[in-house]
Amino acid sequence: MMKKTVGLGVAASVVLAGGLAVAELREGYVYFEPSSEEHPLDEIISGREFRDDATRALQEDDFENPGFLSLEEGEELWSTVDGSENKSCESCHGDVAEGMAGVGSTYPKLMAQGGKTTLTNIENQINTCRTERMGAEAYKYDKPQLTGLTVLIKNVDRGEPVNVSTEGDYESWFKKGEELYYTRVGQLDMSCAHCHEEHYGEYIRADHLSQGQTNGFPTYRFKWQGMGSLHRRFSGCMKNIRGVPYAKGSDEFLALELYTAWRGQGLPVETPSVRN
Amino acid sequence: MKQVQFSRREAMVLGAGAATVTLLGGVTGALAATATDDAINAFTGGATPSEGKITLGAPEIAENGNTVPIDVSVESAMTDDDHVESVLVLADGNPNPGVATFHFTPMSGDATAATRIRLASTQNVVAVAKMKDGSVYMAKREVKVTIGGCGG
Amino acid sequence: MAKVKPRVKVPKKAAAGDIVTIKTLISHPMESGQRKDKKTGELIPRKIINSFTAEFNGAKFFSADIDPAVSANPYMQFSLKVPESGEVKFTWVDDEGSV
Ligand code: HEC
Ligand code: HEC
Repeated sequence: MMKKTVGLGVAASVVLAGGLAVAELREGYVYFEPSSEEHPLDEIISGREFRDDATRALQEDDFENPGFLSLEEGEELWSTVDGSENKSCESCHGDVAEGMAGVGSTYPKLMAQGGKTTLTNIENQINTCRTERMGAEAYKYDKPQLTGLTVLIKNVDRGEPVNVSTEGDYESWFKKGEELYYTRVGQLDMSCAHCHEEHYGEYIRADHLSQGQTNGFPTYRFKWQGMGSLHRRFSGCMKNIRGVPYAKGSDEFLALELYTAWRGQGLPVETPSVRN
Repeated sequence: MKQVQFSRREAMVLGAGAATVTLLGGVTGALAATATDDAINAFTGGATPSEGKITLGAPEIAENGNTVPIDVSVESAMTDDDHVESVLVLADGNPNPGVATFHFTPMSGDATAATRIRLASTQNVVAVAKMKDGSVYMAKREVKVTIGGCGG
Repeated sequence: MAKVKPRVKVPKKAAAGDIVTIKTLISHPMESGQRKDKKTGELIPRKIINSFTAEFNGAKFFSADIDPAVSANPYMQFSLKVPESGEVKFTWVDDEGSV
């Protein structure tokens, strides 16, 4: 069983970063035990713990958190009829809190799509329902409608531990994601692990590096002055190392989404989170 | 509407004009040299703000200048005769210092307001309160801005 | 353009004479007019909410003139001394005059 533990602040985090990091995790930060012995990290820490008081306070306040503007847009769309079949999400799934319980925390998942079974995240699943079941057009990635519905669905599971499958038919996806995570790319010749595994807790150009966890997405980000999907963040990280990002919604990013979700297995879903 | 912001050039022209007046009239005192001072002067009608009465809350360090929470509150009875009329908020390091002006009434009950603002860099946030009797009070706070450098 | 939809938090009940805190949040990009389009390099035209007004039973009790330095999705918090039961009305005006 995973255990929620309260960290001891600076001293503890210096140890966990191998003594190298100028760690400044505040006292009392929350971490979780890794889900298995093979896990590369000793402590699983949400990106929230690396943000400052003001940013965390904004996330915690369900009125002030601007992510709820997006959630409310999703709420409205949930019951709006669209497409040639004259259906809304609600027609088939009923009340979102019931119909979508246990969904957001378990994605990405293998689902039927275009006649075959493939790894799907919430965004792609929404579009599958729209194109294959509603006779409606797919939403473009990161359009407010798609983000709003994704936030709505993930928020149903807020507080639930991330719990993705990695075995059986999932294994090939998982391995592919792991490989991508450790592959050096871009002119800077870096991998995700360079920053988010070896150097989390340190400052990089005035930004406090986290473990690159995914439990808060879609997130409201100050820099974007709005919402963004996990694949937008992946894309941004790849651009920062002068790499060419994969397409949002692509198999590569889906594999990476599964693998990074597993790295945060047990973290509570925070959607909509607030980041800097 | 009263123009309370000046581009650098306009501010200089204005500064020069003020200088002339100073020379001719023999009035001493600081010249309005910056856009922030100009904006304060336009707001107060030239009255010099005192310290006190107004409290300005802002984080010492902001992770990202795009969203910095600030709040102001002014001590006042908030009666018909004695209340805060308005509070001007400025950011002295932004290309345009204007942020917002809050207008209160006795029905506000208290003169408090909070919002979230953009700061281009480390700088002072300034709040100036104008009371019904024309007196003005000012508070200032430095906010260090660490702009997110990486991560898309 | 995404629809503009406000969120408002006003206590449902208060005794006459109580001072209550009111919070509002509205979805709006607050395009400052100083940002450049990444692809074309051209300035994106300014489009901001430039004023906000709060009324109680038709009487204005708080308002704000807003510059581009207020963050996207503007948040406003302020107070009202409740004189009697009634209705609070909020108005946001942006550069195109829409609410
Ligand atoms: C050069 C360093 C660097 C590299 C390499 C990098 N990132 Fe990031 N990443 C950042 C920074 C900085 C942030 C923002 C601060 C933070 O949360 O760590 C960030 C944020 C994130 C976040 C958001 C975390 C949260 O809680 O909001 C995710 C997810 C992420 N990165 C995934 C990745 C993935 C996947 C890769 C590899 C494709 C990668 N990053 C490569 C620097 C990097
Ligand atoms: C015509 C009925 C229908 C409509 C309308 C519909 N869906 Fe679905 N949806 C389904 C079915 C059937 C499944 C299960 C597919 C499966 O298990 O292979 C599903 C699955 C899902 C799932 C995954 C659930 C899980 O347990 O993993 C999500 C998320 C979802 N739909 C979202 C939506 C959204 C959002 C809308 C509106 C834009 C929508 N659906 C509209 C029929 C519908």
